[in-house]
Amino acid sequence: MDFPSTQFVSSQTMATYEPIHQIGMWGENFKSISNPNISASVIVDVVNKLENESETTSHEMLASSSKHDQEASKPFDKIQRRLAQNREAARKSRLRKKAYVQQLENSRLKLIQLEQELERSRQQQGLYVGGGLDTGHLGISGAVNSGIAAFELGYERWMEERNKQICELRSALNAQISDIELRILVESGMSHYFELFRMKSSVAKADVFYVMSGKWKTSAERFFSWIGGFRPSELLKVLVPQIDPLTDQQILDVCNLKQSCQQAEDALSQGMEKLRETVSATLASDQMGQGIYVPQVAMAMEKLEALVRFVNQADHLRQQTLQQMSYILTTRQAARGLLALGEYIQRLQALSTLWANHPRKPA
Amino acid sequence: MDKVTRLASEKGVVLFSKSSCCLCYAVTILFQELGVTPTIHEIDQDPEGREMEKALMRLGCNAPVPAIFVGGRLVGSMNEVMSLHLSGGLVPLLKPYQTVLN
Repeated sequence: MDFPSTQFVSSQTMATYEPIHQIGMWGENFKSISNPNISASVIVDVVNKLENESETTSHEMLASSSKHDQEASKPFDKIQRRLAQNREAARKSRLRKKAYVQQLENSRLKLIQLEQELERSRQQQGLYVGGGLDTGHLGISGAVNSGIAAFELGYERWMEERNKQICELRSALNAQISDIELRILVESGMSHYFELFRMKSSVAKADVFYVMSGKWKTSAERFFSWIGGFRPSELLKVLVPQIDPLTDQQILDVCNLKQSCQQAEDALSQGMEKLRETVSATLASDQMGQGIYVPQVAMAMEKLEALVRFVNQADHLRQQTLQQMSYILTTRQAARGLLALGEYIQRLQALSTLWANHPRKPA
Repeated sequence: MDKVTRLASEKGVVLFSKSSCCLCYAVTILFQELGVTPTIHEIDQDPEGREMEKALMRLGCNAPVPAIFVGGRLVGSMNEVMSLHLSGGLVPLLKPYQTVLN
């Protein structure tokens, strides 16, 4: 870092103060600094120092002008003009400083984004970035990426276990095993789903947008996504036809469950819509045309914190739906339901693979 | 503590909320659907808001808002309301306070 300190000292000793030349100097010198490591605060400090010096210099001028009070008005006018010029120059300097700082903050944001992208793509290629530029913000994105990496690994294992359980359920139902043994399979199937919700809750704290995106799932699964997963009412639509016959009481209970599930879903959907409106309104508030670094972005971030709660609520709703179904159904029905759900998702995944590989019509 | 207890023991359905809280908004939508109009206290617009927040946390809520009381008793937050609703226990609890019968 080099600042024009020596040049500044020499101009201070000059009898006349040339503020316009001063501004040109610090502007040019800063443009030549290409090291992005300089934090905006350091630069602001220097600019502040320059500003204060310029103000004290004009005070010195005022002091020296009073000594020549008894002289003719012509030199007095000159001094008045000089003071006005000072004030104007100082004002312009402040405006330029403001614009420059905003530009710096914009660049800093862009830099953070670029570094995050780089980190992400390197992680995907299996490399690990050691050290790096400003370890401050890389540290945060590093933690996020390790949270996501841990989740993706966990999900792979979870899928393998789930596929194994589906096979076990299928053979168990065909083999007509005892209800007690079937109960064990049903319980482990249920707790397996609850394990997934725990994993999702954990990664949502690291990166809620990752959970919202459903990136770890296949494309067809993502097509049906609602707040980071399946719609609980959708789950019921898939399950219920597979577990006939139901008693009258069961039909009533399932009907009530469907209705309360739908109501809870609607409430959450509308809450989400309100959240989008709030974030959007916050970002758009106040004047535009001031660049991207404005307080609105920080305010919008606060509002976005609520998204984590919504994702957790949606998963809680899914968990409760499964739980209630397990209370309403017999062991055998629950086993059939879990099998149906598992196979449905497997079919969705097969659909995704098929779609990805099907020959496209030439453009 | 007193203000929260006093407001919570009011007759009917009481909801402690914040004007900026979208999850609280979701709760009001659900109650609307069930024909209930809760008494809403926006603690971020109350001069004693900070104290009320602490009081709600002390009562066992994970997050201060939304906090739902029915007939003076704490039901809980969104989690508890949803569990209760799916298990079929919410509607009977709200029945005395329904203004629009479904």
